[in-house]
Amino acid sequence: MSAWGWRRWLLIGPPFLWLAVFFLLPLGVVAAISLTQAADAIPPYTPLLTHGPNGLELQASLANYREIANGDLRAYGNSLVFAGVATVLCLLVGYPIAFAIARAPKAWRNPLLFLVILPFWTSLLIRVYAWIAILQPTGLLNRALAALGLINSPILLIYNDFSVVLGLVYGYLPFMILPLYGSLSQLDENLVEAAADLGARPARVFFAVVLPLSVPGIIAGALLVFIPAIGEFVIPDLLGGPGTLMVGKVLWQQFFDNVDWPSAAAIAMVMVAMLTAPLLLAQRFVERPHSSRMGANET
Amino acid sequence: MSRRITAFRAAALTLGFGFLYLPIALLVAYSFNASRLVAVWGGWSLHWYGALAGDDKFKDAALNSLKIGVMAASLALVLGTCAGFVIERFTRFRGRLVFSFMLMAPLVVPEVILGLSLLLLFVASQAWLGWPPGRGIMTVTIAHATFGSCFVAVLVRAQLAGFDRILEEAALDLGARPLSVLWRVTLPGIRPALVSGWLLAFTLSLDDLVVASFVSGPSATTLPMAVYSSVRIGVTPEINALATVFLGAVIVLVALAFSLIARQERRRLAAG
Repeated sequence: MSAWGWRRWLLIGPPFLWLAVFFLLPLGVVAAISLTQAADAIPPYTPLLTHGPNGLELQASLANYREIANGDLRAYGNSLVFAGVATVLCLLVGYPIAFAIARAPKAWRNPLLFLVILPFWTSLLIRVYAWIAILQPTGLLNRALAALGLINSPILLIYNDFSVVLGLVYGYLPFMILPLYGSLSQLDENLVEAAADLGARPARVFFAVVLPLSVPGIIAGALLVFIPAIGEFVIPDLLGGPGTLMVGKVLWQQFFDNVDWPSAAAIAMVMVAMLTAPLLLAQRFVERPHSSRMGANET
Repeated sequence: MSRRITAFRAAALTLGFGFLYLPIALLVAYSFNASRLVAVWGGWSLHWYGALAGDDKFKDAALNSLKIGVMAASLALVLGTCAGFVIERFTRFRGRLVFSFMLMAPLVVPEVILGLSLLLLFVASQAWLGWPPGRGIMTVTIAHATFGSCFVAVLVRAQLAGFDRILEEAALDLGARPLSVLWRVTLPGIRPALVSGWLLAFTLSLDDLVVASFVSGPSATTLPMAVYSSVRIGVTPEINALATVFLGAVIVLVALAFSLIARQERRRLAAG
Protein backbone atom coordinates (compact mmCIF):
# COMPACT_ATOMS: atom_id res chain seq x y z
CA MET A 1 0.00 0.00 0.00
CA SER A 2 2.94 2.28 0.66
CA ALA A 3 3.56 2.44 -3.09
CA TRP A 4 0.31 4.33 -3.48
CA GLY A 5 1.10 7.42 -1.41
CA TRP A 6 -1.14 10.37 -2.29
CA ARG A 7 -2.43 8.51 -5.35
CA ARG A 8 -4.79 6.45 -3.23
CA TRP A 9 -7.02 9.51 -2.93
CA LEU A 10 -7.64 9.19 -6.68
CA LEU A 11 -9.44 5.94 -5.89
CA ILE A 12 -10.96 6.93 -2.55
CA GLY A 13 -12.22 10.31 -3.74
CA PRO A 14 -14.85 9.51 -6.40
CA PRO A 15 -16.86 6.84 -4.52
CA PHE A 16 -16.44 8.69 -1.20
CA LEU A 17 -17.75 11.98 -2.59
CA TRP A 18 -20.51 10.26 -4.55
CA LEU A 19 -21.82 8.41 -1.51
CA ALA A 20 -21.42 11.46 0.73
CA VAL A 21 -23.46 13.60 -1.69
CA PHE A 22 -26.07 11.03 -2.76
CA PHE A 23 -26.48 8.96 0.40
CA LEU A 24 -25.32 10.81 3.54
CA LEU A 25 -26.27 14.38 2.59
CA PRO A 26 -29.85 13.39 1.56
CA LEU A 27 -30.38 11.95 5.05
CA GLY A 28 -29.49 15.39 6.42
CA VAL A 29 -31.96 17.01 4.02
CA VAL A 30 -34.66 14.62 5.26
CA ALA A 31 -33.89 15.62 8.84
CA ALA A 32 -34.21 19.32 7.90
CA ILE A 33 -37.44 18.97 5.92
CA SER A 34 -39.00 16.90 8.71
CA LEU A 35 -38.97 20.12 10.78
CA THR A 36 -41.03 22.10 8.23
CA GLN A 37 -44.76 22.07 7.49
CA ALA A 38 -46.67 20.98 4.42
CA ALA A 39 -47.67 23.94 2.25
CA ASP A 40 -49.50 24.60 -0.98
CA ALA A 41 -46.35 25.63 -2.81
CA ILE A 42 -43.51 24.37 -4.98
CA PRO A 43 -41.81 22.53 -3.35
CA PRO A 44 -44.74 21.63 -1.09
CA TYR A 45 -43.28 22.61 2.29
CA THR A 46 -42.67 25.81 4.28
CA PRO A 47 -39.12 27.20 4.12
CA LEU A 48 -36.88 26.31 7.05
CA LEU A 49 -35.18 29.72 6.97
CA THR A 50 -37.12 32.96 6.42
CA HIS A 51 -36.12 36.62 6.23
CA GLY A 52 -37.62 38.37 9.27
CA PRO A 53 -37.07 41.76 10.89
CA ASN A 54 -34.11 40.32 12.80
CA GLY A 55 -32.43 38.79 9.75
CA LEU A 56 -32.60 35.08 9.04
CA GLU A 57 -35.04 33.21 11.24
CA LEU A 58 -35.22 29.47 11.77
CA GLN A 59 -38.73 28.14 11.34
CA ALA A 60 -38.31 24.67 12.78
CA SER A 61 -41.09 22.79 14.48
CA LEU A 62 -41.48 19.35 15.93
CA ALA A 63 -45.17 19.26 14.96
CA ASN A 64 -44.70 16.35 12.57
CA TYR A 65 -43.10 14.24 15.28
CA ARG A 66 -45.85 15.17 17.77
CA GLU A 67 -48.39 14.14 15.18
CA ILE A 68 -46.71 10.75 14.80
CA ALA A 69 -46.48 10.22 18.58
CA ASN A 70 -50.14 11.16 19.12
CA GLY A 71 -51.40 9.31 16.07
CA ASP A 72 -51.96 5.69 15.22
CA LEU A 73 -48.81 3.77 16.08
CA ARG A 74 -50.09 0.43 14.86
CA ALA A 75 -48.10 0.64 11.62
CA TYR A 76 -44.85 0.98 13.61
CA GLY A 77 -45.75 -1.95 15.85
CA ASN A 78 -46.78 -4.00 12.83
CA SER A 79 -43.47 -3.26 11.10
CA LEU A 80 -41.43 -4.42 14.09
CA VAL A 81 -43.56 -7.53 14.70
CA PHE A 82 -43.87 -8.58 11.04
CA ALA A 83 -40.17 -7.99 10.37
CA GLY A 84 -39.27 -9.89 13.55
CA VAL A 85 -41.54 -12.86 12.84
CA ALA A 86 -40.37 -12.96 9.21
CA THR A 87 -36.73 -12.96 10.38
CA VAL A 88 -37.31 -15.91 12.70
CA LEU A 89 -39.23 -17.83 10.03
CA CYS A 90 -36.54 -17.09 7.44
CA LEU A 91 -33.99 -18.52 9.86
CA LEU A 92 -36.06 -21.67 10.49
CA VAL A 93 -36.72 -22.20 6.78
CA GLY A 94 -33.33 -21.04 5.55
CA TYR A 95 -31.09 -22.94 7.97
CA PRO A 96 -31.90 -26.44 6.68
CA ILE A 97 -31.52 -25.21 3.10
CA ALA A 98 -28.16 -23.53 3.77
CA PHE A 99 -27.03 -26.60 5.70
CA ALA A 100 -28.05 -28.97 2.92
CA ILE A 101 -26.22 -26.86 0.33
CA ALA A 102 -23.07 -26.61 2.47
CA ARG A 103 -23.06 -30.41 2.91
CA ALA A 104 -23.95 -31.25 -0.69
CA PRO A 105 -21.36 -32.83 -3.01
CA LYS A 106 -18.92 -30.21 -4.22
CA ALA A 107 -20.15 -30.20 -7.81
CA TRP A 108 -23.71 -29.44 -6.67
CA ARG A 109 -22.92 -26.54 -4.42
CA ASN A 110 -22.43 -23.75 -6.93
CA PRO A 111 -25.50 -24.60 -9.03
CA LEU A 112 -27.62 -24.82 -5.86
CA LEU A 113 -26.25 -21.52 -4.61
CA PHE A 114 -27.00 -19.99 -8.00
CA LEU A 115 -30.62 -21.12 -7.65
CA VAL A 116 -30.82 -19.37 -4.27
CA ILE A 117 -29.42 -16.13 -5.69
CA LEU A 118 -31.42 -16.14 -8.93
CA PRO A 119 -34.72 -14.87 -7.45
CA PHE A 120 -32.78 -11.93 -6.01
CA TRP A 121 -31.88 -10.88 -9.58
CA THR A 122 -35.51 -10.89 -10.66
CA SER A 123 -38.15 -8.36 -9.80
CA LEU A 124 -39.58 -8.48 -6.27
CA LEU A 125 -42.67 -6.74 -7.62
CA ILE A 126 -43.29 -9.62 -10.03
CA ARG A 127 -42.54 -12.30 -7.46
CA VAL A 128 -44.93 -10.75 -4.95
CA TYR A 129 -47.52 -10.26 -7.66
CA ALA A 130 -47.32 -14.00 -8.38
CA TRP A 131 -48.64 -14.68 -4.87
CA ILE A 132 -51.81 -12.66 -5.45
CA ALA A 133 -53.02 -15.18 -8.03
CA ILE A 134 -52.26 -17.99 -5.58
CA LEU A 135 -53.76 -16.50 -2.43
CA GLN A 136 -56.81 -14.53 -3.55
CA PRO A 137 -60.30 -15.95 -2.69
CA THR A 138 -60.77 -17.25 -6.24
CA GLY A 139 -57.08 -18.10 -6.43
CA LEU A 140 -55.20 -21.30 -7.05
CA LEU A 141 -54.74 -22.32 -3.42
CA ASN A 142 -58.41 -21.94 -2.50
CA ARG A 143 -59.43 -23.85 -5.63
CA ALA A 144 -56.95 -26.60 -4.88
CA LEU A 145 -58.18 -26.93 -1.29
CA ALA A 146 -61.80 -26.96 -2.46
CA ALA A 147 -61.05 -29.56 -5.11
CA LEU A 148 -59.48 -31.76 -2.45
CA GLY A 149 -62.64 -31.36 -0.38
CA LEU A 150 -60.75 -29.74 2.52
CA ILE A 151 -62.80 -26.53 2.54
CA ASN A 152 -66.37 -25.70 1.52
CA SER A 153 -66.07 -21.97 1.02
CA PRO A 154 -62.96 -19.93 0.21
CA ILE A 155 -60.80 -19.10 3.25
CA LEU A 156 -59.18 -15.71 3.68
CA LEU A 157 -55.52 -16.08 2.73
CA ILE A 158 -54.70 -12.58 1.51
CA TYR A 159 -54.83 -8.98 2.80
CA ASN A 160 -54.07 -10.12 6.36
CA ASP A 161 -51.11 -10.74 8.69
CA PHE A 162 -50.54 -14.17 7.20
CA SER A 163 -50.07 -12.97 3.62
CA VAL A 164 -47.77 -10.09 4.61
CA VAL A 165 -45.47 -12.31 6.70
CA LEU A 166 -45.53 -14.98 3.97
CA GLY A 167 -44.53 -12.32 1.43
CA LEU A 168 -41.70 -11.07 3.64
CA VAL A 169 -40.33 -14.59 4.19
CA TYR A 170 -40.59 -15.32 0.48
CA GLY A 171 -38.96 -12.04 -0.56
CA TYR A 172 -36.10 -12.07 1.93
CA LEU A 173 -35.26 -15.79 2.25
CA PRO A 174 -32.21 -15.58 -0.07
CA PHE A 175 -30.69 -12.88 2.18
CA MET A 176 -30.83 -15.32 5.08
CA ILE A 177 -29.52 -18.35 3.19
CA LEU A 178 -26.40 -16.69 1.75
CA PRO A 179 -24.67 -15.60 4.99
CA LEU A 180 -25.75 -18.86 6.68
CA TYR A 181 -24.15 -20.77 3.84
CA GLY A 182 -21.05 -18.60 4.23
CA SER A 183 -20.70 -19.62 7.88
CA LEU A 184 -21.63 -23.27 7.41
CA SER A 185 -19.36 -23.87 4.43
CA GLN A 186 -16.34 -22.61 6.41
CA LEU A 187 -17.10 -24.87 9.33
CA ASP A 188 -14.10 -26.95 10.31
CA GLU A 189 -15.03 -30.54 9.46
CA ASN A 190 -12.57 -31.88 12.04
CA LEU A 191 -14.54 -30.38 14.93
CA VAL A 192 -17.70 -32.09 13.76
CA GLU A 193 -15.92 -35.42 13.33
CA ALA A 194 -14.19 -35.11 16.69
CA ALA A 195 -17.52 -34.57 18.44
CA ALA A 196 -19.02 -37.55 16.64
CA ASP A 197 -16.00 -39.73 17.43
CA LEU A 198 -16.34 -38.83 21.09
CA GLY A 199 -19.82 -40.29 21.01
CA ALA A 200 -22.07 -37.27 20.53
CA ARG A 201 -25.31 -38.05 18.72
CA PRO A 202 -26.05 -36.04 15.54
CA ALA A 203 -28.50 -33.76 17.39
CA ARG A 204 -25.93 -33.06 20.10
CA VAL A 205 -23.23 -32.41 17.48
CA PHE A 206 -25.54 -29.95 15.82
CA PHE A 207 -26.52 -27.99 18.95
CA ALA A 208 -23.10 -28.11 20.63
CA VAL A 209 -20.82 -27.58 17.63
CA VAL A 210 -22.49 -26.60 14.36
CA LEU A 211 -25.05 -24.11 15.66
CA PRO A 212 -22.69 -22.06 17.89
CA LEU A 213 -20.11 -21.84 15.09
CA SER A 214 -22.71 -20.52 12.66
CA VAL A 215 -23.78 -17.64 14.94
CA PRO A 216 -22.00 -14.97 12.83
CA GLY A 217 -23.97 -16.17 9.80
CA ILE A 218 -27.21 -16.18 11.78
CA ILE A 219 -26.68 -12.61 12.98
CA ALA A 220 -25.67 -11.34 9.53
CA GLY A 221 -28.64 -13.07 7.91
CA ALA A 222 -31.06 -11.80 10.55
CA LEU A 223 -29.90 -8.22 10.01
CA LEU A 224 -30.08 -8.52 6.22
CA VAL A 225 -33.71 -9.62 6.57
CA PHE A 226 -34.87 -7.49 9.51
CA ILE A 227 -33.55 -4.07 8.48
CA PRO A 228 -35.00 -3.84 4.96
CA ALA A 229 -38.17 -5.71 5.99
CA ILE A 230 -39.01 -2.96 8.52
CA GLY A 231 -39.45 -0.43 5.74
CA GLU A 232 -40.81 -2.75 3.07
CA PHE A 233 -43.42 -1.17 0.80
CA VAL A 234 -44.28 -3.51 -2.09
CA ILE A 235 -45.20 -6.51 0.09
CA PRO A 236 -47.64 -4.81 2.52
CA ASP A 237 -49.05 -2.82 -0.40
CA LEU A 238 -49.84 -5.80 -2.62
CA LEU A 239 -50.49 -8.52 -0.03
CA GLY A 240 -51.64 -6.47 2.98
CA GLY A 241 -54.97 -4.93 3.92
CA PRO A 242 -56.02 -1.87 5.90
CA GLY A 243 -55.27 -3.69 9.17
CA THR A 244 -51.74 -4.67 8.17
CA LEU A 245 -50.18 -1.28 7.52
CA MET A 246 -46.41 -1.05 7.81
CA VAL A 247 -44.27 2.10 8.16
CA GLY A 248 -42.97 1.93 4.60
CA LYS A 249 -46.51 2.07 3.27
CA VAL A 250 -47.55 4.89 5.61
CA LEU A 251 -44.58 6.92 4.41
CA TRP A 252 -45.56 6.22 0.79
CA GLN A 253 -49.16 7.29 1.42
CA GLN A 254 -48.13 10.52 3.17
CA PHE A 255 -45.85 11.36 0.26
CA PHE A 256 -47.87 10.32 -2.79
CA ASP A 257 -51.51 10.38 -1.64
CA ASN A 258 -51.49 13.25 0.90
CA VAL A 259 -48.56 15.18 -0.67
CA ASP A 260 -47.34 15.83 2.88
CA TRP A 261 -43.58 15.74 2.33
CA PRO A 262 -42.52 16.99 5.79
CA SER A 263 -44.61 14.36 7.52
CA ALA A 264 -43.15 11.66 5.21
CA ALA A 265 -39.69 12.99 6.11
CA ALA A 266 -40.49 12.74 9.84
CA ILE A 267 -41.63 9.13 9.36
CA ALA A 268 -38.35 8.42 7.55
CA MET A 269 -36.43 9.89 10.51
CA VAL A 270 -38.35 7.69 12.96
CA MET A 271 -37.48 4.71 10.77
CA VAL A 272 -33.81 5.71 10.75
CA ALA A 273 -33.94 5.90 14.55
CA MET A 274 -35.52 2.44 14.70
CA LEU A 275 -32.77 1.11 12.45
CA THR A 276 -29.74 2.78 14.02
CA ALA A 277 -28.91 -0.01 16.47
CA PRO A 278 -29.32 -2.85 13.93
CA LEU A 279 -27.34 -0.83 11.36
CA LEU A 280 -24.41 -0.34 13.72
CA LEU A 281 -24.51 -4.04 14.51
CA ALA A 282 -24.60 -4.80 10.79
CA GLN A 283 -21.51 -2.62 10.33
CA ARG A 284 -19.68 -5.11 12.57
CA PHE A 285 -21.13 -8.39 11.34
CA VAL A 286 -21.90 -7.85 7.69
CA GLU A 287 -19.07 -5.53 6.89
CA ARG A 288 -16.23 -7.39 8.58
CA PRO A 289 -17.12 -11.06 8.93
CA HIS A 290 -13.45 -12.02 9.18
CA SER A 291 -12.53 -9.83 12.11
CA SER A 292 -15.63 -10.84 14.04
CA ARG A 293 -14.63 -14.46 13.62
CA MET A 294 -10.99 -14.09 14.50
CA GLY A 295 -11.45 -11.69 17.38
CA ALA A 296 -10.39 -8.12 17.81
CA ASN A 297 -7.09 -8.24 16.00
CA GLU A 298 -7.79 -5.10 14.00
CA THR A 299 -8.58 -2.05 16.06
CA MET B 1 -21.95 -35.03 8.61
CA SER B 2 -20.54 -36.34 5.37
CA ARG B 3 -20.87 -34.60 2.05
CA ARG B 4 -23.83 -36.40 0.59
CA ILE B 5 -27.52 -35.99 0.16
CA THR B 6 -29.47 -37.56 3.01
CA ALA B 7 -33.26 -37.80 3.06
CA PHE B 8 -33.48 -34.79 5.38
CA ARG B 9 -31.25 -32.65 3.20
CA ALA B 10 -33.08 -33.69 0.04
CA ALA B 11 -36.37 -32.74 1.67
CA ALA B 12 -34.97 -29.35 2.79
CA LEU B 13 -33.76 -28.60 -0.73
CA THR B 14 -36.95 -29.77 -2.44
CA LEU B 15 -39.28 -27.85 -0.14
CA GLY B 16 -37.02 -24.78 -0.10
CA PHE B 17 -36.67 -24.51 -3.84
CA GLY B 18 -40.33 -25.42 -4.30
CA PHE B 19 -41.26 -22.45 -2.12
CA LEU B 20 -38.91 -20.14 -4.04
CA TYR B 21 -39.83 -21.25 -7.53
CA LEU B 22 -43.42 -22.57 -7.50
CA PRO B 23 -45.07 -19.10 -7.53
CA ILE B 24 -42.85 -18.05 -10.43
CA ALA B 25 -43.61 -21.28 -12.31
CA LEU B 26 -47.36 -20.80 -11.84
CA LEU B 27 -47.14 -17.21 -13.03
CA VAL B 28 -45.32 -18.32 -16.17
CA ALA B 29 -47.76 -21.18 -16.80
CA TYR B 30 -50.80 -18.92 -16.48
CA SER B 31 -49.38 -16.40 -18.95
CA PHE B 32 -50.16 -19.06 -21.59
CA ASN B 33 -53.73 -19.40 -20.36
CA ALA B 34 -56.47 -18.82 -22.90
CA SER B 35 -58.95 -17.85 -20.19
CA ARG B 36 -59.31 -14.30 -18.93
CA LEU B 37 -59.87 -15.61 -15.43
CA VAL B 38 -56.61 -15.97 -13.59
CA ALA B 39 -57.27 -19.22 -11.78
CA VAL B 40 -59.27 -21.04 -14.44
CA TRP B 41 -57.31 -23.00 -17.01
CA GLY B 42 -58.81 -22.49 -20.46
CA GLY B 43 -56.17 -24.21 -22.56
CA TRP B 44 -52.88 -23.06 -24.05
CA SER B 45 -52.77 -19.76 -25.89
CA LEU B 46 -50.35 -17.01 -26.91
CA HIS B 47 -53.18 -14.50 -26.89
CA TRP B 48 -51.77 -12.38 -24.04
CA TYR B 49 -48.38 -12.09 -25.68
CA GLY B 50 -50.11 -10.66 -28.74
CA ALA B 51 -51.97 -8.19 -26.55
CA LEU B 52 -48.72 -7.24 -24.86
CA ALA B 53 -46.92 -6.63 -28.17
CA GLY B 54 -49.60 -4.12 -29.15
CA ASP B 55 -49.34 -2.18 -25.88
CA ASP B 56 -47.22 0.96 -26.35
CA LYS B 57 -47.37 1.92 -22.68
CA PHE B 58 -45.05 -0.92 -21.73
CA LYS B 59 -42.76 -0.46 -24.73
CA ASP B 60 -41.85 3.14 -23.82
CA ALA B 61 -41.40 2.22 -20.17
CA ALA B 62 -39.15 -0.71 -21.09
CA LEU B 63 -36.99 1.57 -23.24
CA ASN B 64 -36.61 4.05 -20.36
CA SER B 65 -35.68 1.22 -18.00
CA LEU B 66 -33.06 -0.12 -20.40
CA LYS B 67 -31.44 3.30 -20.85
CA ILE B 68 -31.36 3.92 -17.11
CA GLY B 69 -30.12 0.39 -16.39
CA VAL B 70 -27.16 0.58 -18.80
CA MET B 71 -26.05 4.03 -17.61
CA ALA B 72 -26.57 3.32 -13.91
CA ALA B 73 -24.77 -0.04 -14.08
CA SER B 74 -21.78 1.45 -15.90
CA LEU B 75 -21.50 4.28 -13.40
CA ALA B 76 -21.94 1.84 -10.52
CA LEU B 77 -19.21 -0.40 -11.96
CA VAL B 78 -16.63 2.41 -11.95
CA LEU B 79 -17.57 3.74 -8.50
CA GLY B 80 -18.07 0.31 -6.95
CA THR B 81 -14.78 -1.08 -8.28
CA CYS B 82 -12.85 1.86 -6.80
CA ALA B 83 -14.75 1.47 -3.54
CA GLY B 84 -14.25 -2.31 -3.33
CA PHE B 85 -10.53 -1.94 -4.03
CA VAL B 86 -10.16 0.85 -1.47
CA ILE B 87 -11.99 -0.96 1.32
CA GLU B 88 -10.11 -4.22 0.73
CA ARG B 89 -6.60 -2.87 0.20
CA PHE B 90 -6.34 0.43 2.09
CA THR B 91 -6.72 -0.69 5.68
CA ARG B 92 -5.96 2.70 7.18
CA PHE B 93 -6.99 6.13 5.96
CA ARG B 94 -8.82 9.11 7.34
CA GLY B 95 -12.56 8.54 7.02
CA ARG B 96 -12.39 4.78 6.48
CA LEU B 97 -15.08 4.09 9.07
CA VAL B 98 -17.48 6.57 7.47
CA PHE B 99 -16.61 5.16 4.07
CA SER B 100 -17.35 1.57 5.07
CA PHE B 101 -20.62 2.67 6.68
CA MET B 102 -21.70 4.50 3.51
CA LEU B 103 -20.87 1.37 1.49
CA MET B 104 -22.80 -0.99 3.75
CA ALA B 105 -25.86 1.04 4.74
CA PRO B 106 -27.45 1.42 1.26
CA LEU B 107 -27.47 -2.40 0.98
CA VAL B 108 -29.98 -2.70 3.81
CA VAL B 109 -31.61 0.71 4.35
CA PRO B 110 -35.29 0.49 3.27
CA GLU B 111 -35.90 1.69 -0.26
CA VAL B 112 -38.53 4.23 0.80
CA ILE B 113 -35.83 6.07 2.79
CA LEU B 114 -33.33 6.00 -0.11
CA GLY B 115 -36.00 7.23 -2.52
CA LEU B 116 -37.48 9.95 -0.34
CA SER B 117 -34.10 11.30 0.80
CA LEU B 118 -32.72 11.53 -2.75
CA LEU B 119 -35.88 13.20 -4.00
CA LEU B 120 -35.71 15.82 -1.24
CA LEU B 121 -32.04 16.41 -2.08
CA PHE B 122 -32.83 16.86 -5.78
CA VAL B 123 -35.68 19.25 -5.02
CA ALA B 124 -33.63 21.32 -2.56
CA SER B 125 -30.62 21.48 -4.86
CA GLN B 126 -32.83 22.48 -7.78
CA ALA B 127 -34.20 25.36 -5.70
CA TRP B 128 -30.75 26.52 -4.55
CA LEU B 129 -28.36 25.59 -7.35
CA GLY B 130 -30.69 25.18 -10.30
CA TRP B 131 -29.47 21.59 -10.70
CA PRO B 132 -30.80 19.08 -11.64
CA PRO B 133 -32.92 20.90 -14.24
CA GLY B 134 -35.75 18.42 -13.90
CA ARG B 135 -36.51 14.95 -12.67
CA GLY B 136 -36.47 12.00 -15.00
CA ILE B 137 -34.00 9.60 -16.54
CA MET B 138 -30.96 11.37 -15.11
CA THR B 139 -32.16 11.51 -11.51
CA VAL B 140 -33.23 7.85 -11.58
CA THR B 141 -29.83 6.94 -13.04
CA ILE B 142 -28.02 8.75 -10.21
CA ALA B 143 -30.17 7.02 -7.60
CA HIS B 144 -29.64 3.56 -9.11
CA ALA B 145 -25.89 4.11 -9.53
CA THR B 146 -25.70 4.97 -5.82
CA PHE B 147 -27.04 1.71 -4.44
CA GLY B 148 -25.70 -0.26 -7.41
CA SER B 149 -22.13 0.81 -6.61
CA CYS B 150 -22.44 -0.60 -3.08
CA PHE B 151 -23.42 -4.01 -4.48
CA VAL B 152 -20.57 -3.90 -7.01
CA ALA B 153 -18.18 -3.07 -4.16
CA VAL B 154 -19.29 -6.18 -2.24
CA LEU B 155 -18.53 -8.46 -5.23
CA VAL B 156 -15.24 -6.75 -6.09
CA ARG B 157 -14.10 -6.88 -2.48
CA ALA B 158 -14.99 -10.56 -2.13
CA GLN B 159 -12.98 -11.50 -5.21
CA LEU B 160 -10.03 -9.28 -4.28
CA ALA B 161 -9.85 -11.01 -0.90
CA GLY B 162 -9.20 -14.30 -2.70
CA PHE B 163 -6.88 -12.78 -5.31
CA ASP B 164 -3.23 -13.71 -5.16
CA ARG B 165 -1.26 -10.50 -4.61
CA ILE B 166 2.05 -12.00 -5.74
CA LEU B 167 1.50 -10.82 -9.31
CA GLU B 168 0.77 -7.29 -8.14
CA GLU B 169 3.83 -7.23 -5.92
CA ALA B 170 6.02 -8.60 -8.71
CA ALA B 171 4.82 -5.86 -11.06
CA LEU B 172 5.46 -3.21 -8.39
CA ASP B 173 8.95 -4.62 -7.73
CA LEU B 174 9.67 -4.41 -11.43
CA GLY B 175 8.93 -0.70 -11.25
CA ALA B 176 5.37 -0.45 -12.53
CA ARG B 177 3.30 2.39 -11.09
CA PRO B 178 0.47 1.35 -8.77
CA LEU B 179 -2.28 2.68 -11.06
CA SER B 180 -0.96 0.76 -14.03
CA VAL B 181 -0.66 -2.38 -11.89
CA LEU B 182 -4.29 -1.91 -10.94
CA TRP B 183 -5.28 -1.47 -14.57
CA ARG B 184 -3.13 -4.22 -16.11
CA VAL B 185 -2.90 -6.85 -13.38
CA THR B 186 -5.61 -6.48 -10.75
CA LEU B 187 -8.63 -5.60 -12.88
CA PRO B 188 -8.08 -8.39 -15.45
CA GLY B 189 -7.67 -10.77 -12.51
CA ILE B 190 -11.05 -9.91 -11.04
CA ARG B 191 -12.94 -9.83 -14.33
CA PRO B 192 -15.68 -12.23 -13.13
CA ALA B 193 -16.55 -9.84 -10.29
CA LEU B 194 -16.64 -6.93 -12.74
CA VAL B 195 -18.98 -8.78 -15.11
CA SER B 196 -21.31 -10.00 -12.40
CA GLY B 197 -21.15 -6.61 -10.65
CA TRP B 198 -22.27 -4.75 -13.75
CA LEU B 199 -24.99 -7.30 -14.33
CA LEU B 200 -26.21 -7.12 -10.75
CA ALA B 201 -26.34 -3.32 -10.84
CA PHE B 202 -28.17 -3.53 -14.17
CA THR B 203 -30.84 -5.97 -12.96
CA LEU B 204 -31.28 -4.11 -9.66
CA SER B 205 -31.93 -0.96 -11.68
CA LEU B 206 -34.31 -2.80 -13.98
CA ASP B 207 -36.22 -4.23 -10.99
CA ASP B 208 -36.48 -1.12 -8.86
CA LEU B 209 -39.95 0.28 -8.28
CA VAL B 210 -39.75 2.24 -5.04
CA VAL B 211 -36.71 4.48 -5.51
CA ALA B 212 -37.63 5.25 -9.12
CA SER B 213 -41.19 6.19 -8.12
CA PHE B 214 -39.80 8.85 -5.78
CA VAL B 215 -37.05 10.37 -7.90
CA SER B 216 -38.59 10.12 -11.37
CA GLY B 217 -40.67 12.83 -12.95
CA PRO B 218 -43.77 12.63 -15.12
CA SER B 219 -41.65 12.31 -18.26
CA ALA B 220 -39.90 9.07 -17.33
CA THR B 221 -42.02 6.08 -16.36
CA THR B 222 -39.90 2.97 -15.86
CA LEU B 223 -41.07 -0.58 -16.53
CA PRO B 224 -41.69 -1.50 -12.87
CA MET B 225 -43.69 1.73 -12.45
CA ALA B 226 -45.87 0.80 -15.43
CA VAL B 227 -46.28 -2.76 -14.13
CA TYR B 228 -47.14 -1.48 -10.65
CA SER B 229 -49.89 0.81 -11.86
CA SER B 230 -51.44 -2.12 -13.77
CA VAL B 231 -51.01 -4.54 -10.88
CA ARG B 232 -52.89 -2.22 -8.52
CA ILE B 233 -55.93 -2.60 -10.72
CA GLY B 234 -55.79 -6.36 -10.45
CA VAL B 235 -54.19 -9.54 -11.73
CA THR B 236 -54.40 -9.73 -15.52
CA PRO B 237 -53.01 -12.36 -17.87
CA GLU B 238 -51.30 -9.59 -19.85
CA ILE B 239 -49.17 -8.71 -16.80
CA ASN B 240 -48.39 -12.42 -16.48
CA ALA B 241 -47.11 -12.39 -20.06
CA LEU B 242 -45.04 -9.26 -19.43
CA ALA B 243 -43.64 -10.72 -16.21
CA THR B 244 -42.71 -13.91 -18.06
CA VAL B 245 -40.85 -12.01 -20.77
CA PHE B 246 -39.09 -9.94 -18.11
CA LEU B 247 -38.14 -12.93 -15.94
CA GLY B 248 -37.04 -14.89 -19.00
CA ALA B 249 -34.78 -12.09 -20.21
CA VAL B 250 -33.15 -11.57 -16.81
CA ILE B 251 -32.67 -15.30 -16.18
CA VAL B 252 -31.16 -15.95 -19.62
CA LEU B 253 -28.84 -12.95 -19.25
CA VAL B 254 -27.68 -13.97 -15.78
CA ALA B 255 -27.29 -17.66 -16.65
CA LEU B 256 -25.31 -16.76 -19.77
CA ALA B 257 -22.99 -14.46 -17.87
CA PHE B 258 -22.36 -17.01 -15.14
CA SER B 259 -21.65 -19.83 -17.54
CA LEU B 260 -19.21 -17.57 -19.41
CA ILE B 261 -17.49 -16.72 -16.14
CA ALA B 262 -17.37 -20.39 -15.13
CA ARG B 263 -15.90 -21.40 -18.48
CA GLN B 264 -13.29 -18.66 -18.29
CA GLU B 265 -12.36 -19.75 -14.78
CA ARG B 266 -11.97 -23.36 -15.89
CA ARG B 267 -9.78 -22.33 -18.82
CA ARG B 268 -7.66 -20.18 -16.53
CA LEU B 269 -7.23 -23.02 -14.05
CA ALA B 270 -6.39 -25.43 -16.87
CA ALA B 271 -3.79 -23.01 -18.25
CA GLY B 272 -2.24 -22.25 -14.89
